[in-house]
Amino acid sequence: MGNIGLTMAEKVLSKKVGRTVTAGEIVVADIDFLMAHDGTAPLAIEEFSELGVSKVFNPSKILFVIDHTGPSPSDRVSNIHKMMREFARKHSCNFRDVGYGVCHQILIEEFAEPEMLIIGADSHTCTHGALGAFATGMGSTEIAVGMACGQTWLKVPESIKVDVQGKLRWPLTSKDLTLYLIGELGADGADYMAIEFVGEGVREMSVESRFTMTNMAIEAGAKVGFCPVDEKTLQFLLEERGKSFRELGPDKNACYADEITIKAGEVDFMVSVPHSVDNVKSVAELGDVEVDQVFIGTCTNGRFEDLQTAARILGGRKVKEGVRLLVQPASRKVYLRALKAGIIESLLAAGAVINPPGCGPCVGRHLGLLGDDEVCLSTQNRNFKGRMGNPKGEIYLASPAVAAASAITGKITSPEALGVKA
Amino acid sequence: MRFEGRAWKFGDDVNTDLIIAGKYKYDTLDMREMAKHAFEAIRPDFAEKVREGDIIAAGRNFGCGSSREQAPLVLKALGIKVVVAESFARIFYRNAINSGMLALECEGISKAVREGDVLRIDLEKGTVENTRSGESLKFKPLPKLVFEIFKEGGLVPYVKKHKGIKL
Repeated sequence: MGNIGLTMAEKVLSKKVGRTVTAGEIVVADIDFLMAHDGTAPLAIEEFSELGVSKVFNPSKILFVIDHTGPSPSDRVSNIHKMMREFARKHSCNFRDVGYGVCHQILIEEFAEPEMLIIGADSHTCTHGALGAFATGMGSTEIAVGMACGQTWLKVPESIKVDVQGKLRWPLTSKDLTLYLIGELGADGADYMAIEFVGEGVREMSVESRFTMTNMAIEAGAKVGFCPVDEKTLQFLLEERGKSFRELGPDKNACYADEITIKAGEVDFMVSVPHSVDNVKSVAELGDVEVDQVFIGTCTNGRFEDLQTAARILGGRKVKEGVRLLVQPASRKVYLRALKAGIIESLLAAGAVINPPGCGPCVGRHLGLLGDDEVCLSTQNRNFKGRMGNPKGEIYLASPAVAAASAITGKITSPEALGVKA
Repeated sequence: MRFEGRAWKFGDDVNTDLIIAGKYKYDTLDMREMAKHAFEAIRPDFAEKVREGDIIAAGRNFGCGSSREQAPLVLKALGIKVVVAESFARIFYRNAINSGMLALECEGISKAVREGDVLRIDLEKGTVENTRSGESLKFKPLPKLVFEIFKEGGLVPYVKKHKGIKL
């Protein structure tokens, strides 16, 4: 690709269009994978029929998932699910029904690959940049057009480089790092851009931890979040998928719109305070905040290591009387693994309610919505007013470690306060 | 192409959950039904009082958050044809244009507009004029492809006419 230094976003899109493209250019590219869920697929199906096309461009590259409202909370929702099932069957698309898990986790386990262009009708599609895919969220109409033509248009984004120096020490997690970063960037600090997470802190962390960071890139407005595809990523893909890929990273002389350095040693246990994700404080700064509900799950923090961390922090202790601890594995695969490892048993013994795999209360339709003036501490990615079904509820965001510690004490608590040392 | 309408003023970081709460979007595809709940948590009288042709004037990062196309669609169902903001979150911006709604980035709009002001937008001149104060602001020109999609009435009619996406 000549002597121009390219970011990961530029590299993947250059490969896609067959020539070197750099930030600012508008390109039309072939889509490698398309996804929509029960909040977005029904509209996409309507728009697809408006297009008057009889067939989808490639059914093997299209996935529908019922995760936002599965199992169905009402007869009307059930009818929407039916419509999705019928369309998927008619066009022979991939379909994952109620109970498989959150769409992004299904992509991680089955479909996403390095150097793919992935378009999802969900803003957290940016998650798959942790596997080296150019993955971004769009609306239902773009999914409909993608299903018909197999193409989309994109502006090649500028990139922000986030260099994480030093290692995070458990029970500090990539969630603390991510909330800290979003606090620094602000809700629109990366609008239209890609974020590249690099450095020792990223190399040292697990691939599961990386997904938490790329998942939340959108909370600073980013189009996609990338991590270099390294030995750990390749091992992860080999284990999950049984397939081999090659390493991928930015060029040394790549051009960035901004470069941010975070020293892992200076990151504390972080919390987003109502009602915006960029309203970030450390647990230490927060003061006493009592909680009614603690929710551990979602595409941000519902993976195996998240449940494992929660179980370790609970460590045989009980959830405080009067507090509801909801745990929702991100997928059936995660659930089974946690079950076999005894994690589900210890969570249940502590007093947790286990929700079926899916998005659950994070999207405000069922499985643990808030009452007036209730406070929830959640491992999800958004704390917008009304997000968990009630605009009078308050949502704080934190890591699974902080969530578990808080479930024990009934107020937002650092794991260190329980004697768990970083 | 010109637009004239009464302005509804909003601040920074108005997210798509505030435009239409998630809890309303799973039960129906009828945007008029859903639109009754537009801005419910922050402007409960909006859906009732908004009139055909009204304009939204907002601050930075309008439409941040989820990819739900229901956000521009409920506004469209209530008669909003234009949103002018200091800046937009990218998915909302694309969704608005794709559904045939005009989204204009206009620096200084927050300070220049009061609730209820009548705004006059001239697409050819690239201006937003406040008829109360007489102040005229320049908006950022739409990229060519974005303008083409808007001109056809949205992405579906654009793709039907051009048989795909053409640069």
